[in-house]
Amino acid sequence: MNRIMGAVIFLILAPLLGGLIAGIDRKITARMQGRVGPPILQPFYDVGKLFEKEKVVVTTAQNFYILAYLIFIALSGALFFAGGDLLLIIFAFTLAHVFLVLGAYAAHSPYSHIGAERELIQVMAYEPVIILTAVGFYMVTGSFYVVDMATTTIPVILYLPGVFLGLAAILTLKLRKSPFDISTSHHAHQEIVKGVTTEFSGSTLGQIEIAHWYENIFLLGIVYLFFAWNPVIGIIAVAVTYAAEIFVDNVTARVRWQAALKSGWLAAALGIANLAILSYMVYGGA
Amino acid sequence: MQTLLFLILFPILVACLLLFVKRTTSRYAVVVLSALAIGGASIYLLMRYAFEGAVYFAAPSETASLAMVAIEMALALFIIYMGAKFRNYLAIGLAVVQAALVVYLEMTFSENLHAINNLFIDQFSIIMALIIGIIGSLIAVYAVRYMETYHHLHPEVRDRQGTFFFVVFAFIAAMFGLVFSNNLLWIFFFWEVTTITSFLLIGYAETEEATKNAFLALVMNLLGGVAFIAAIIYLVAAGPASGGIDLAAVLASGDAAIILIPAVLIGFAGITKAALMPFSSWLLGAMVAPTPVSALLHSSTMVKAGVYILVRFAPVFAGTLAGVSVGLVGAVTFVVASAIAISQSNAKLVLAYSTIANLGLIAACAGVGTHMLVWAAILLIIFHAVAKSLLFLGTGAVENRIESRDIEDMEGLIVRMPKMAVMMFIGIAGMFLAPFGMLISKWAAIEAFVQVPFGIVFVAILAYGSAVTVFFWAKWMGKLITVIRGVEQIEKGFFEEPWIPLYIITGLVIAAAFLFPVISSMLIEPYVLVIYGVTAGLAQTNVAIMLLMMALLLFLPLSFALFRKSAKRLPAYMGGRPATADLHFEGSLGMTREAQTRNYYLTTCFGEARLFRPGAAVCIILILASWAFAGVAL
Repeated sequence: MNRIMGAVIFLILAPLLGGLIAGIDRKITARMQGRVGPPILQPFYDVGKLFEKEKVVVTTAQNFYILAYLIFIALSGALFFAGGDLLLIIFAFTLAHVFLVLGAYAAHSPYSHIGAERELIQVMAYEPVIILTAVGFYMVTGSFYVVDMATTTIPVILYLPGVFLGLAAILTLKLRKSPFDISTSHHAHQEIVKGVTTEFSGSTLGQIEIAHWYENIFLLGIVYLFFAWNPVIGIIAVAVTYAAEIFVDNVTARVRWQAALKSGWLAAALGIANLAILSYMVYGGA
Repeated sequence: MQTLLFLILFPILVACLLLFVKRTTSRYAVVVLSALAIGGASIYLLMRYAFEGAVYFAAPSETASLAMVAIEMALALFIIYMGAKFRNYLAIGLAVVQAALVVYLEMTFSENLHAINNLFIDQFSIIMALIIGIIGSLIAVYAVRYMETYHHLHPEVRDRQGTFFFVVFAFIAAMFGLVFSNNLLWIFFFWEVTTITSFLLIGYAETEEATKNAFLALVMNLLGGVAFIAAIIYLVAAGPASGGIDLAAVLASGDAAIILIPAVLIGFAGITKAALMPFSSWLLGAMVAPTPVSALLHSSTMVKAGVYILVRFAPVFAGTLAGVSVGLVGAVTFVVASAIAISQSNAKLVLAYSTIANLGLIAACAGVGTHMLVWAAILLIIFHAVAKSLLFLGTGAVENRIESRDIEDMEGLIVRMPKMAVMMFIGIAGMFLAPFGMLISKWAAIEAFVQVPFGIVFVAILAYGSAVTVFFWAKWMGKLITVIRGVEQIEKGFFEEPWIPLYIITGLVIAAAFLFPVISSMLIEPYVLVIYGVTAGLAQTNVAIMLLMMALLLFLPLSFALFRKSAKRLPAYMGGRPATADLHFEGSLGMTREAQTRNYYLTTCFGEARLFRPGAAVCIILILASWAFAGVAL
């Protein structure tokens, strides 16, 4: 019963929290750039307005894929907060992103096509780290279930510092922040026509935003798991990590896809080194 | 036992009959009826033996064994003849070595060459039989019309359809023989027959390229055959402790050190047949053959024989360094072949590389060989057979209409050939997306690898490999579902292959995703339980979630109805220039220009030229290492 509650609470609160975080993010970013910045609630106003816009499409099919994207992002997040199997959650998460990419493909537009391919490169760049994160948690806590990871008394971060750094690196990519925001970016100054989301407008674009909020909360949830043995430290760690991401976002410029891919895979290599040492400790070299 | 004999002998009968059937309509009738009989018999097999565990039969061996040796000699002569005709002396050499080894075995150890039980059936054999009997015969049905069209489009190729279908059914018969035999000499016989039949099918077009590639396949598989017969000689020479030529006795043999060497040799034969690196080139070359041949080789026959034998020997490999080496050959093949698939735009080559990758994954599971991994490996065999046959047949049907097998030319297939696009979409989803089958196995494999020593190496390889897999499949999917304007539907062709096999296989892809808990609990888990004493499988809640996701995916398309109306359509954004829906825009000086979209192939990172040789080199070292480890263990 608790688990279903977790999922339901996630489904209701995550967009609110995600939007709020996005608002704070914009405020801090603006301050870093010497601007005043929009009100904290601005993301909600934006998305609200998107839903009032005229429905315009290149092809009707594109909306279908975005709906599927939103549903599966929400589903993977809900499974996460219900304490489900982390590997299954990761696969559902990948499925969701494939839907986003397919939506961009379906529209048959030069800009969204390039965005779609770049999104796929991003998926390719971050996937190894995410899988290794799940494996790392298993090696430390003995379970693939989020519920066990969240209730463990082991300070997981001490065993998986390499994996955590790897995850932090690809988090930049997942939060669509510089320097790895190669498929679409929050920043106007480094975006070629909004990449993967070029052809989406109105309520469909609103759905993409909401999916992004869901996604961010889910990702921050994974960050929290590293510190789950102590909730206070956990929440502070999540805040610090996110602040660091904002900082990196503002001091770097977008890199080419090659660099993004290499960085993602190097981050995974770091994780592997970490896990190899851990496995050496477990099996004693045999 | 009658069913087993029927499944081995009936296809041979049909094969001989088809030699003499000249008209397409009557050939079609014969093939459809025998497909029904073979498919029906395989399903009967399932119902009859599914709950019986392993059942052994003392089939008559004297005459059968003699006939097999005679046929083996005849085949060797045939290879020597073909080798002489096309000046391929390597093939002749290998055929001679192999024949000599067989003769040596028969002469020296003639009194030890009797297994008590020559035939057997267990759950794993049933699964293989279902794959061969259902997928294999559906491909044969599809092939009849396809070959007619093929000869229309390629008038330069000599029409030898009688021989073609003879070989196809002989192939199916040999595959049944292979998975039902408990006598290693029999397995070897059928093993060699599949080598020859694939040689004949690949060389069907009789062009220079086809002949060259057919010989490549022949030489590589003969090499594996030599290792196989060497393993048998070793087993027989080692005396009763090894179990001799009785497969069940060998696998049950307590003397692990003695059977490890033959296991590694037979594993090597499996590696060649399953086209793992460095032997992948024969399977890549095999795509010169007509598409149904590729479908057959990749899904239900040939390469599946290779992984079948590897999975059979998995308990022997388990916990040995030799086994880990064999597994690593598979794992390296998996990641390298997946990466190369990114750089390919030829649909058949992408499919071929993905087959090689998946066989690698199966071999990785078999080499490490714990109970959970064997479970995953068998599941992989099933799902791969279903999805891959669908994709090959689909690609073939598309190729006959758009006269290209390039993925770029498949852009907008959803508009031009909607039904086909949906089927191929499902096939691709079956290859890499949750909640379809392949992913379940990958998932189980990751969970299982974490729990073994050195498992982290496999997990790392799997992590990179599955990331790469997502990339090359998703971009193909994207091409299929791109909605393009201003083209017509070309689904109806002048010569039509029957689409019923495609519909059935599409149904099977979806059914397999829904029914995998049943398949697992009815067939795979009992098999694993008997061997390891523990059983494997996914947790109930996870299965429920997967099924839920599957149902969700099936219902989601209904939401199309929501979007049908009320949305205003605009042309795609083209840098602010006036544009039309078919991607034309107003350029400078009043010129109208067309924009085109092309996928990324990232050749500089993932090109064949860059990755194939290093991958093959690593695999050669690993194969040598597996021999060394097996030798040291002795």
